[in-house]
Amino acid sequence: MEMLREIRRFVAHSLRAVTRGSPRYWAWVGLLGAMIVVGVLAYVHQMSRGLITTGMRDQVSWAFYIGNFTFLVGVAAAAVLLVVPAYVYHWKPIKEVAVLGELLAISAIVMCMLLVLVDVGRPERTWHLMPFIGRLNVPSSLLGWDVLVLNLYLALNLVIVTYLVFTLFRRKKVANAFFVPMVLFSIPAALGIHTVTAFLYNGLAGRPFWNASILAPRFIASAFCSGPAVLLVLMQILRKTTKFEIQDAAIWKVAELMAYAMFLNLFLLGAEVFKEYYSNTEHVVHMRYMFTGLKGHTAIVPWMWLSVFCSITAFVLFLVPGTRRHPVTLNLGCLLIFSAVYIEKGMGLVIPGMTPDTLGEIYEYWPTWTELGVTLGVFGLGGLVFTFLVKATIPILLGEHGHPAGAGA
Amino acid sequence: MGLRVVVRGAAGRVGSATEERPLSTTRLVLLGGLALGAFGLAGCGQSPPREALQGAVPTTEPAWPEDDKSAFPVPPPPFSSPDIFPCSGCHDKTLPPDPKRRVLTMAHDDIVLKHDERHRWCLDCHDTQNRDMLHLASGELVDFKESYRLCGQCHGDKYRDWRAGVHGRRTGMWNGEKQYLLCVNCHYSHDPHFKPLKPLPPPTAPRSGS
Amino acid sequence: MSTDVSRRELLACVVGGCVAASTTGCTDFLHTEFGRKNFRDMTKEEIAEVVKDLEKDLSAKYGKPVTVGAEEPIPGVDFGYALDISRCIGCRRCVYACVKENNQSRDPQLHWIRVLEMDKERGIDFDDANPYYDAETVPRPGHFYLPVACQQCRDAPCVKTCPTGATWQEKDGIVLIDQDWCIGCRCCMAACPYGARHFNWTEPTIPAEEMNPKTHVLGNRPRPRGVVEKCTFCVQRVRNGRYPACVEICPVGARKFGDMRDPKSEIRYILENKRVFVLKSELNTRPRFYYFYGL
Repeated sequence: MEMLREIRRFVAHSLRAVTRGSPRYWAWVGLLGAMIVVGVLAYVHQMSRGLITTGMRDQVSWAFYIGNFTFLVGVAAAAVLLVVPAYVYHWKPIKEVAVLGELLAISAIVMCMLLVLVDVGRPERTWHLMPFIGRLNVPSSLLGWDVLVLNLYLALNLVIVTYLVFTLFRRKKVANAFFVPMVLFSIPAALGIHTVTAFLYNGLAGRPFWNASILAPRFIASAFCSGPAVLLVLMQILRKTTKFEIQDAAIWKVAELMAYAMFLNLFLLGAEVFKEYYSNTEHVVHMRYMFTGLKGHTAIVPWMWLSVFCSITAFVLFLVPGTRRHPVTLNLGCLLIFSAVYIEKGMGLVIPGMTPDTLGEIYEYWPTWTELGVTLGVFGLGGLVFTFLVKATIPILLGEHGHPAGAGA
Repeated sequence: MGLRVVVRGAAGRVGSATEERPLSTTRLVLLGGLALGAFGLAGCGQSPPREALQGAVPTTEPAWPEDDKSAFPVPPPPFSSPDIFPCSGCHDKTLPPDPKRRVLTMAHDDIVLKHDERHRWCLDCHDTQNRDMLHLASGELVDFKESYRLCGQCHGDKYRDWRAGVHGRRTGMWNGEKQYLLCVNCHYSHDPHFKPLKPLPPPTAPRSGS
Repeated sequence: MSTDVSRRELLACVVGGCVAASTTGCTDFLHTEFGRKNFRDMTKEEIAEVVKDLEKDLSAKYGKPVTVGAEEPIPGVDFGYALDISRCIGCRRCVYACVKENNQSRDPQLHWIRVLEMDKERGIDFDDANPYYDAETVPRPGHFYLPVACQQCRDAPCVKTCPTGATWQEKDGIVLIDQDWCIGCRCCMAACPYGARHFNWTEPTIPAEEMNPKTHVLGNRPRPRGVVEKCTFCVQRVRNGRYPACVEICPVGARKFGDMRDPKSEIRYILENKRVFVLKSELNTRPRFYYFYGL
């Protein structure tokens, strides 16, 4: 019963933490709330008529929702960029902030699942994906594996975070024998979720743009250079708005690791571009559609070039120690790389893969307001989850949560 | 067959308990040679059994009927008007046949032959004496109901395919009774090239977000 | 200690009660339309029930008696299809015969067969394929035609990738979809190299007078919104011995269908005597839909 009291106190603290804040905090929550409202309205519209309210058709049957899903799986996997130096190399400056990565992972996975839910034709039948109750087609279906690993990763992160934060809340010592193996397991789990998502695309022989072995390494590289950008910005915000002490060394180390990931990302992109253009098989049409347009269809071309430009600029900014350490260029770099990978791994992956389609037809997809609205709502919800998690966790990490030390030991 | 009887006879005799005087080796060899020769001569005149010809397809009879008159269930011949047949209605004793190759002007002038017309004309298919029948190259008369036999003379590969059901439209049961069509049901005999058709409407191209 | 024991007992009772309630609840749940099992997991009685419900609903919806069959594969049969591209003139009669026979949505328009017009000089080249050709007459000079629908692949990528097992290959070779199990994730559409699968982006509509009332539960029964559909080789016809609708309507006889195990079938004749090929053979899907040159 002691435990129940602790839990009640923990819940009470969390509720207090998220319902109290500065005007700036409430403005932020209000913005996220507005995004959620837009999303709900858009989704109601979508449910009333079906997915025909989106821009998707038979020729391009996966688009904005699945593109965002792919990007967000990468963001979720990127938590591992903090976990590795913290728990494998025991680098103290990062160890203190590693939990933020896990909070981001939880929020991102929630967004991923929501995006799949809004994309399926019959959401009330998603219980068919559950093993034993439904009929999950593993080992053959990659989407089946994705369901398993995403849920596993979510559960793992929830357990890790809840255990850590609750233990710190009770001012107890973390049982490393239980905790550390789980955290270490989250490393291959993170790589696993993103590799399975990559394999989902990779295994489709009928889509030559995706059917490339390089896809899984590209996913990991782009995940590691984009996901942590959110954390870098967050850490700077926390430094300014709370008593949370985050050393410059931690931020710069993360930025340095991101620089290596950015290089790998660019290198792998270059390898793909060489292979397509030099070998010049029929499959080059997909890359041509991205970078030069096909038969007058050029809607996606400026976005792809923007993405490449942002990637290269961000890489230079992060590579040069001077710009990496300067807050203005650091944050500019974060924004640039996040946008670049958002385009490259979102629409820049899904749309060229399906344009031209398997019978050579070009249907120029563009997201409708409904799709944009629903996705905005999903980001709003994910942002809200992340905000609340961070708001409840930071005081505990700082020891400011007013829990009497040693009570009920 | 013959060889076996002879051999059996020779072998039966040699070593038989009742035999008093066994056949000498020389005589055996001579008899054997004779038998072989007889068989060889017999073999030349015969065609090998059907089984040996089938190759990969393990059937002993063809899937389609041969020249069995009632075997192909075809619809009636599509004459251009109901009273044009029987032809002997006009082509009787009062209208003697004129076998001279010419362009017809007195009747049937609506028919413009576009079917190997440099080498063929009407009476190469229609029988000169009996206009109610067609005729094969051998002179054999063929009913209009079996005009496929006439077409098949020159268009042998199409004929074979048609008999197998692979040429032309087929309706019915894939594992049961099927309907055939006459060649002329699709190919007008005087101008057989399959005419272009008006296509049905194209699919609607997709538009985003309706 | 006595309090602890009774608390433990209480907990056991509560948990046990919950489990019992949920299992019985679960079984009932699975018998509702919402809780229906995957077709392959249903017993014959359950299938008969589903079929009866469907007949009732469809007859009410379309105002005429609708039959829903559940014919199983004929034992020992392996279907094959061959299309003569030297004969196809691109008239699209197969497309619309299929639409009528298989109750495809009229609005939004959904076609299972797509006829591609190709350039004779380039040969089979999907890059240049045009499904939207229109002309006074076909064939248009300089072009030939390649109709494409489900190839019923022996190693179907769609079957491999479906996360709920809503699509599978039957013993007679037809790849079917359980329309009441499909969640509409469209993985199969991404996987199909032939663009053969189509999605109901909104509620499909069929005018009642055009609706074909002789249906099969896994075939041409009218589909709900949000599920995938595709050519089923007219399962409602072929399992009763008839040709698919496209085979019967083709005015030039370009389409041939039969049992590949029957040495007397047209399809066997074509495999033996004509030279067949398949589309995208390098993908190793091993279609049972062949193309050939008959002329």
